[in-house]
Amino acid sequence: MNIHEYQAKELLKGYGVKIQEGIVADTPEEAVAAAKELNKSTGTEWYVVKAQIHAGGRGKGGGVKLAKSQDEVKEKASDIIGMQLVTPQTGPEGKKVNKVLICQDVYYPGANEPKEYYLGILLDRAAGCDVIMASTEGGMDIETVAEETPEKIIKERINPSVGLQAFQARKVAFALGLEGQAFKEMVKFIFALYKAYQGADASLFEINPVLKTSDDQILAVDAKVNIDDNALYRQKNLAEMRDITEEDPAEVEASESGLNYVKLDGNVGCMVNGAGLAMATMDIIKLSGGDPANFLDVGGSANAKTVEAGFRIILKDPKVKAILINIFGGIVRCDRVAQGVVEAYKNIGDIKVPIIVRLQGTNAEEGAKIIEESGLKVTSAIVLKDAAERVKEALA
Amino acid sequence: MSVLVNKDSKVIVQGFTGSEGTFHATQMIEYGTQVVGGVTPGKGGQKHLDKPVFNTVADAVNTTGADVSIIFVPPAFAADAIMEAADAGIKVIVTITEGIPVKDMIYVKNYLKGFPNTTLIGPNCPGVITPGEAKVGIMPGFVFKPGKIGIVSKSGTLTYEAADQIVKAGLGISTAIGIGGDPIIGTPTKDAIKLLMEDPDTEAIVMIGEIGGDYEAKAAEWIKSQGNPKPVVGFIAGQTAPPGRRMGHAGAIIGGADDTAEAKMKIMDSCGIHVVQSPADIGATMKKALESAKA
Repeated sequence: MNIHEYQAKELLKGYGVKIQEGIVADTPEEAVAAAKELNKSTGTEWYVVKAQIHAGGRGKGGGVKLAKSQDEVKEKASDIIGMQLVTPQTGPEGKKVNKVLICQDVYYPGANEPKEYYLGILLDRAAGCDVIMASTEGGMDIETVAEETPEKIIKERINPSVGLQAFQARKVAFALGLEGQAFKEMVKFIFALYKAYQGADASLFEINPVLKTSDDQILAVDAKVNIDDNALYRQKNLAEMRDITEEDPAEVEASESGLNYVKLDGNVGCMVNGAGLAMATMDIIKLSGGDPANFLDVGGSANAKTVEAGFRIILKDPKVKAILINIFGGIVRCDRVAQGVVEAYKNIGDIKVPIIVRLQGTNAEEGAKIIEESGLKVTSAIVLKDAAERVKEALA
Repeated sequence: MSVLVNKDSKVIVQGFTGSEGTFHATQMIEYGTQVVGGVTPGKGGQKHLDKPVFNTVADAVNTTGADVSIIFVPPAFAADAIMEAADAGIKVIVTITEGIPVKDMIYVKNYLKGFPNTTLIGPNCPGVITPGEAKVGIMPGFVFKPGKIGIVSKSGTLTYEAADQIVKAGLGISTAIGIGGDPIIGTPTKDAIKLLMEDPDTEAIVMIGEIGGDYEAKAAEWIKSQGNPKPVVGFIAGQTAPPGRRMGHAGAIIGGADDTAEAKMKIMDSCGIHVVQSPADIGATMKKALESAKA
């Protein structure tokens, strides 16, 4: 689960990570009040107005603006709230901005030049442990750094038996070229960050940039935080931070029906039991000349209700030209699924796109018979190859 | 012959008296698996499905001589159940539970380093089946007919699909191992493949992967380093999956250029694996691969 920058910073602060202070606002008026409050608590006279959406690259799309007065805060906040923000990560349609974070200015002049760094903590799947990643190339995409200058990425694996050790935090801070007060601050920062990562059951922390201010403080200026969905049951406070307006409405509806759905861009919808078979079915659609319109795993309990919910969600997508249902019956019986398809078809009524049902496994023959005898415009297949052929025909 | 489980395996069920445990234990007993009892803390001394219930795995092992465990306990308690099984001396721990937090699995993996003779299969997997001998899992047993093809797969229903095609091609299965679709699993692809390569009764292997992680690439490189001793047919699900989106399984997410289906298939191909583009071609390709290996 992703959370917003303002929520992520609140989480980090709770674990003692120093952050660029900010106050979230829903309206331009609230933005000005936030700026006043920040002026009082931090003394800042300049402000940064930041769009709160679940996507990176906000600055590039005009979602992050500097305001040199409280009047400018109002002006910039009015521009950003309600805008359809397009960034390299949102897709061409962009995302609507509902909230802005008003932040203190932390790039003030002083004894030293401010400098930006990158710090991340994530799961190292191959090693089966967490790893800290750091780079002197703050503000840049870590993927770009990894590609162009891999030697600039510092990695420190964390032994789960003992957790992060002081020497490791020192190694990272030294490798970033820090010394004196800034070095000490960075070591503290890394420790607090790791504590937050552990405490929150996170699967990804990306602090980009981490800023060394002109007076040698170390601050999180941005924060991308991803929480392990499997751990939300024991992270109730974080679970409440879920913002469903950031998610595709069809995906939210699907999850409420117990379906695992991901919207894609193609023209052939699919409904499958099991995640691996669902992905494989998408691949079959592609090889048959179509493009998958979605990923949809109905799980181990495909019945009339889930099939109907799946149909309704897929049919909302006007691009869908055909639907392939692919069920491998194990514990799920194919005749029951077939019955479910027939019932759902009748309940929804007026289905115009061709439907191909491929049933295999327990009671597959009986299932196919039910489909054929139903008189509906549904084609049935038993072997996966046939299903691919039927999709090809439907698209022709 | 076979790997991991066979007709002599003595199996206990952790989470025996729960609804999942009860349903699947019944199915396993019907299949002919030697289920010798189960564990539900607090219900020790009772009988369930005509088998003894124990409070601890250690009690179950001491009384029944169990060497295999299958775990159905809910995600919040699953990590504890796995460690309890290892501590009690269970040799093969099959964890069906889906949704175990990653942090818990990091601890489990680390804990199991102290038990080099224990193999964890899963979590979030369909289990292991040696057709005609033992089913320690939730797969539909009738799909798997005995034979000489081993299967290693991250996915449940896709394993059944592969088994079905193998059987329809006139072949059969030695052991099918569902390794699970989570980011951290007990037995990565390479280790499962290695077991089957060392099994004298497995002639060839089907290896089914998914987007995300580097398990398949590591397995392919290992197979090549061994001089491709047995034919391997490989498929990676998720050629059409977009980067950054989790495709059902927690581990099925494209994080970088190396863990796409395309990149993995390329590596597998360069390591001498018979890669199929379409999952519909697994059975036919295996048949051809066997014929050309014998020619």
